[in-house]
Amino acid sequence: MKGLALCVAAVVAVLLAIVLGPTHIPLADLATSDVVRSLRLPRAILAFLVGGALALSGAGLQALVRNPLADPSLLGISGGAGLGAVVAIALHVTNPWAVPLAAFAGALGAMALVYRLGIVGRGGVGLDSATLLLAGVAVGAFAAAITTAIVSLSDATQLRNAQLWLWGGLSGASWETVGLLCAYAPLPVVALLASARSLDVLALGEEPARHLGVAVSPLKRRVYVAASLLTAAAVAVSGVIGFVGLVVPHAMRLLWGHRHRPLFPAAFVGGGALLALSDTVARVAVAPRELPVGIVTALVGVPVFVLLLRRWTTS
Amino acid sequence: MDHELILAVRDVTYRYPGAVDDALAGVSLEVGAGELHAVLGPNGSGKTTLIRVALGTIEPRHGAATILGRPAQAWAPRELARVVGVVTQREDNLFPQRVRDTVSLGRYARLPRWGAESGADRAAVDRALARCDAQHLAARWVWTLSGGEYQRVRLARALAQEPRLLVLDEPTANLDLRHEMQLFELVRALVERDGLAVVLVTHHVNLAARFADRLLLLADGRPVGSGTPAAVLTPESVARVFDWPVAVASFDGRPQVTPQRQPKDDP
Repeated sequence: MKGLALCVAAVVAVLLAIVLGPTHIPLADLATSDVVRSLRLPRAILAFLVGGALALSGAGLQALVRNPLADPSLLGISGGAGLGAVVAIALHVTNPWAVPLAAFAGALGAMALVYRLGIVGRGGVGLDSATLLLAGVAVGAFAAAITTAIVSLSDATQLRNAQLWLWGGLSGASWETVGLLCAYAPLPVVALLASARSLDVLALGEEPARHLGVAVSPLKRRVYVAASLLTAAAVAVSGVIGFVGLVVPHAMRLLWGHRHRPLFPAAFVGGGALLALSDTVARVAVAPRELPVGIVTALVGVPVFVLLLRRWTTS
Repeated sequence: MDHELILAVRDVTYRYPGAVDDALAGVSLEVGAGELHAVLGPNGSGKTTLIRVALGTIEPRHGAATILGRPAQAWAPRELARVVGVVTQREDNLFPQRVRDTVSLGRYARLPRWGAESGADRAAVDRALARCDAQHLAARWVWTLSGGEYQRVRLARALAQEPRLLVLDEPTANLDLRHEMQLFELVRALVERDGLAVVLVTHHVNLAARFADRLLLLADGRPVGSGTPAAVLTPESVARVFDWPVAVASFDGRPQVTPQRQPKDDP
């Protein structure tokens, strides 16, 4: 029943994203409206996919680094993507794909660097969870420093564009970006779903997990790469959107428990619903202007998270 | 010996990378079905290293370890978990969990990658809980258990693996007398009634002497004695290994060790 309620919430969130907007479109004209077909519909779907991807990789990363506070942006991937995007903006590249591609390249670069730093031990095969987390924070901070340096040296328009991108936005949504994400996401999503049960065992610790039959090193590599690739793609098309990857997995853990089989799909649907809703708020709240959606997710997500946390700790 | 040989470690030597001395040298250990074999020694005597070699986690420089006749390193983790259950000294649950769920993780190596738990899996979990007298705990949260209940639950998880060999690493480290004896009586019953092979790693001389069929006494990674408790535990060998004078008496036909008081210096 929880599952059904969550799916209904997701459908409602996507429908609201289609119905509501700065331009009023009568319900009767929704099906024929150009605005709906070429702007609102792809944007709603993209918001759902990006939110789902962020929440799913957050849930996976929390289990991987054995830290419930882990979040895709904590592993340096968002920082790398931000750097890539800001470089593309500063270089005045006019191609519409330049920023997403540069962001994706930056995310992959950060991911490779963090991965390399996270490998410890003489065999060169062990991905150490604590080191991975620290490497992610370090790489993220370094990328943020360069990003800020570039932003502070750019002119006013660039500054505004860069700032908007760094707080996330889905205004670049099109059927092409939706199609791209649909073609790209299934592989990392399936890799994460296939690792769900192994992650349940890994929660006991690496040594007990090994004794229960988990091939720990391959599992950690697979989960890290899959979650990072998913985050990289999401960030590339939407900018840096915080809190979805942290808040949604936690909320779903409270409702579904900590078994990753049911948790992963729930996190995906829940993350999608939250971002679709947040993007609607971002478009409508200060219309005709638009808020960066990362601000909405933070303003909505953090209080919800605090409420859930209080209920959790007092019960 | 009519017991089927489950674990055989023959004359192994191991040195950690970068270390100047061997952590293990010339150690052998054979454990058959229906046999409880204790590995006894002070902290840092190489007990854990021996287990890691025996289970193929690390490769010895010399000698060999085999499980059911097959080199320990040739077993994939999943295969090995169907044959060997291990209760480690410590674990920390990242997320809160119920007893039944944590015992179900013992079935991991027997489940298909995508498939769900079958009736046979649930039955195995029920049997394991019953065997450890823990059915009534099934719905409890793990973090609400007492130390003794927790160890029984972890033992149940290892039994849910349906192993031939059970490795217990200091299973009663934090337990009081009653829970310690309860757990050891349970392990003894698993050996005698279910024919499990058990390797018990411990520094509790008297418990090992009381419950084990055979003992391996280790000091600085070297074997000091191997055989029945009565043959291995002499005042000399125990005093040498633990570096403390002891007296040995017999109780229930088993040697029991009492440490001597340190004589005061004469003024």
